[in-house]
Amino acid sequence: MFARVSDTDFNQQRLYDELVAGCAASPGGIVTFTGLVRDFNDNGKIDGLSLEHYPPMTEHAMRSLAEQAISRFALTNAGIVHRVGHLSNFSQIVWVGCAASHRASAFDAACYIMDTLKTAVPLWKKEFQNGTGHWVKAKASDADASLAWMKDNDR
Amino acid sequence: MITVKAFAQVREVVGKETWQVAGAHNQTVADVLDNLCELDSRWRAAMDDELLVAVNHTMRDSSFTVNDGDEVAFFPPVTGG
Repeated sequence: MFARVSDTDFNQQRLYDELVAGCAASPGGIVTFTGLVRDFNDNGKIDGLSLEHYPPMTEHAMRSLAEQAISRFALTNAGIVHRVGHLSNFSQIVWVGCAASHRASAFDAACYIMDTLKTAVPLWKKEFQNGTGHWVKAKASDADASLAWMKDNDR
Repeated sequence: MITVKAFAQVREVVGKETWQVAGAHNQTVADVLDNLCELDSRWRAAMDDELLVAVNHTMRDSSFTVNDGDEVAFFPPVTGG
């Protein structure tokens, strides 16, 4: 398992290889997700964003999340990498990898990690628009998605 | 002493990231916030929006007991991913 905050870009193949090398047993399926910086928000075009975090807590929360996913979905391994600092439009921002014996567990675990990360890991986005930075507001839909996993322990 | 950390909008509203307040017996997170408001009125403005709390890097609520030497962080709902 790995969970890291990074102030530089990541290489998806290297992360995939690290995930496979760390598998507790031979996986039957691997799901990876890569999040990118969009070039727009509800108010129009944006010009990149910056990500602030709470250093000691961020990786601790990400590690806990990966361990929960491994336990809940019987994964053979899981990895999370999240970037911080200034990111330009279309940059890679987050990577999640889940390896499992069967694909359903790997897909579910990747969704669980992303939905939970958006409400439980201390990271904050500030988007830049027309030369001014605006903190991104948390979305009710993200909170609902995270809550759904808490209510539905059989998923 | 209790170390207080402020992040994102909260840090911008209160003016700096790290604060120190005196520790007291049976103090809660809400008590720490009251002390901060007495110390600097900008903390009242920070309370206008929803605040999340972590004590020693774990999310807690405002009734959680804080001990001398703890680190208490206040921040807005998170927006990573």
